[in-house]
Amino acid sequence: MTVVRSPLGQPLDRVDGVSKVTGQARYAAEFTEPGLLHGCVLGSRIARGRILAIDAEDAMDVAGVHLVLSHRNRPRMAADDESYEDADAAEGSPFRPLYDERILYSGQPVALVVADTPELARYAASLVHVEYEEEAHETDLCGLLEHAHAAPAKLPPARGDADAALAGSALCIEVEYLSPVEHHNPLEPHASTVLVQPDGSLLIHDKTQGTQNSQSYICQVFGLDPKRVRVCAAFVGGAFGSGLRPQYQLTLAVMAALKLGRSVRVALSRPQMFTFGYRPRTVQRLRLGAAANGRLQGLSHLAIGQTSRFEDFTEHVVEWSGMLYQCDNVHLDYRLVPLDVHTPLDMRAPGAALGLYALECAMDELACAVAIDPLQLRLLNYADANQNEGKPFSSKALRDCYRQGAERFGWSRRPLEPRSLRDGHELIGWGMAGGVWEALQMPASAKASLGGDGILRVSSATTDIGTGTYTAMTQVAAAEFGLPVERVAFRLGDSSLPTAPLQGGSATVSSVGTAVQQACVALKSKLFDIARQRPGSAFAGLTLEQVCFAEGRLSRRDDPDQAIELSDLIGSGAPLEARVDAKPDPRREAFSSATHSAVFVEVRVDEALGRVRVSRVVSAVAAGRVVNPKTTRSQILGGVVWGIGMALQEETLIDHRLGRYMNHDLAEYHVPVHADIGEIEVLFVEEEDLVVNALGSKGVGEIGIVGVAAAVANAVYHATGRRVRELPITLDKLL
Amino acid sequence: MNATATDEDEGRFAAHAVTLTVNGQRRQVEIQPWVTLLDLLRERLGLTGSKKGCDHGQCGACTVLVNGHRINACLTLAVMHEGAEVITVEGLAEGDALHPLQAAFIEHDAFQCGYCTPGQICSALGLIVEGEARSADEIREAMSGNLCRCGAYPNILAAIEQVLADDERRPE
Repeated sequence: MTVVRSPLGQPLDRVDGVSKVTGQARYAAEFTEPGLLHGCVLGSRIARGRILAIDAEDAMDVAGVHLVLSHRNRPRMAADDESYEDADAAEGSPFRPLYDERILYSGQPVALVVADTPELARYAASLVHVEYEEEAHETDLCGLLEHAHAAPAKLPPARGDADAALAGSALCIEVEYLSPVEHHNPLEPHASTVLVQPDGSLLIHDKTQGTQNSQSYICQVFGLDPKRVRVCAAFVGGAFGSGLRPQYQLTLAVMAALKLGRSVRVALSRPQMFTFGYRPRTVQRLRLGAAANGRLQGLSHLAIGQTSRFEDFTEHVVEWSGMLYQCDNVHLDYRLVPLDVHTPLDMRAPGAALGLYALECAMDELACAVAIDPLQLRLLNYADANQNEGKPFSSKALRDCYRQGAERFGWSRRPLEPRSLRDGHELIGWGMAGGVWEALQMPASAKASLGGDGILRVSSATTDIGTGTYTAMTQVAAAEFGLPVERVAFRLGDSSLPTAPLQGGSATVSSVGTAVQQACVALKSKLFDIARQRPGSAFAGLTLEQVCFAEGRLSRRDDPDQAIELSDLIGSGAPLEARVDAKPDPRREAFSSATHSAVFVEVRVDEALGRVRVSRVVSAVAAGRVVNPKTTRSQILGGVVWGIGMALQEETLIDHRLGRYMNHDLAEYHVPVHADIGEIEVLFVEEEDLVVNALGSKGVGEIGIVGVAAAVANAVYHATGRRVRELPITLDKLL
Repeated sequence: MNATATDEDEGRFAAHAVTLTVNGQRRQVEIQPWVTLLDLLRERLGLTGSKKGCDHGQCGACTVLVNGHRINACLTLAVMHEGAEVITVEGLAEGDALHPLQAAFIEHDAFQCGYCTPGQICSALGLIVEGEARSADEIREAMSGNLCRCGAYPNILAAIEQVLADDERRPE
């Protein structure tokens, strides 16, 4: 008998790789049909007030223009907030595109011009004249901190007495960190193509992280029958959180299609990618109190973030400070300041990217105060349990991350004193930080079917935003069925497929992977039943555990020669299928589950120019079992690149006099380019987790970025002796 | 090229006849003067492999080869390319046989979402033809017009280095 190596844990090439490198993969704006119309969005030039008049006459006079849509002539929309709530809605009243004359933020869509070609629509949009009544606006978080209100977030209860512990500590540091607005900027701008079918139903290709979220939103808002709205997202050109909520281009495209009874595409421009969700500007105040030897006595962490006037956006900023280190006196607080801006939105490692930046910089400052190695300080305060929840971790190999990462980086050679490494005109600094992200699992469904052609077809409505879902799910199914991956086809990105949660929070492998695995088990069980019930079956009286599925055959474990081809069991009839609804294992409830990381960074700072380069990074990650080391490594690489951007470049600047973003394009909103990225090494440490899910696998979409900005900032301090407590660390702050 | 626009066209300008070769195929099109090469490819010729990430020459997702040189297709008007030879990502493979760069991108996992990938591959092809980038730092510099928001840069570099090394080993 040949032993088939399980595809789980193999560095399989992406199964969608060929379609992506040949240009065959089609994204939301790349579906068409004869007569497709194109919509161009016109955004508000004021930040607050109301529309007095919209003069669309000149635009409508352009031959080839079909419609100028606004709140005046839009189709009927729901009048209650609930209808606009989606699976990732924040608390409050969701934004309603083209609903009424109110202007809530600069760039808010006020009209959609629909024409035969994108060029005509864009030209005609420039001819629409909008008259506004302007009201005074507020967009500056830092000027309004005293107006902050408690965030509607359920924080872990305070434990011990943080104030007393801080007052009584031998060493106490009190620091404030600032971080700016950042925008997701996936390389594919948001777009929706609404194709009106001959029966009047809608087939929508949408850029989204949740096809069913978009579908139910559209049905609720326009009172449509879910059977007549299908949302697809076979390929998504990056999202990083920007596709977690249905974005306004979807609403507008559907509106125009309903109004005209014709197929319509709305693709946003790059500047319009700055007119919805973003990572909120945040102020964080930390107090750490420690004994003279560095052991934490008390910790207080307050975060104040910006939100919109219509929704209270919350994320997990401060919670991590109550769980990453052992500390008996902790006080966490989280507050919000409403401004005349759009609501923020989850962006890669929402909350943790911010909270760990502050916490891990503060720990570095404490290490300096204690005069011990920053890694030593972390080991000294290592948390074996999650004190926020009073639960043990289902697994936590962070010590191995610290140890292996440090070894690979050469951390032991690091001099304690800042400004002690130099190479010509460059100051060299080494910094490190730890990272943590929750290992979530959500309910998810999947279907598996096997036909006479011997191909295992598995599906779920989830998406692949570049994370490798197609590939990982193919591997999970192939492993469970003992099939080579070439004989497995996984479908996703279609709201008509079995229910899947939003693709976010690093939960897809855990949630959908579990459903895929269970669907395969259920299908195997059906096949086994058929085999067992055959007259004179060699499998009569056996249980599923006593048989083996491999290479498209079912055989007895105790007698492998007793085998039957699966195709014989199905015959020429309809494919045999099984569908399951998977839920998190109740055993998880007794534990806290999280991924962890340790990241080590070398920076080189030009002494005269203040230019910072990240020359070397080692990221050591503990994420349970790695389904595909190749694509998983890529996820971590991407996270590290994001962390470097967050540390040194990314910042959306608003002109508070206008209440408007000023650097809303890729020339002025800087993201890392090839030349900004040096060596990045990724290590996965062994971590066995028998609780988190049957795969033993935690997600990795977020953990790669967590802690990176802190490690860079700490390295900059080590290089220069300067503490910059405001991101991004641009050269002007170092000169 | 043949212009027939008049002021009486009520804002609409006449189309111009342009003939160019795209991926080895001669294409004759009637297009408005304001249509970019990128929109010609994507919206008129159905070649959506070339991507639109910014429409302002800031991201490189639209990179194609025109007469052997890499350019941003969003920054140039289609009517300027009468008689040009255009190569897009769709024109690189020969049947099922991938171009070495395409194969190397897959092997090194040099992409995630795939949206910047056609531009990265075309740009890398242009870089190889230029023959000036050899070291890792030179490749990084010469590829910096092509953004990858997924952050696949180390893998893209590895893929290009591999193809460059293979080219050097191959006998002339």
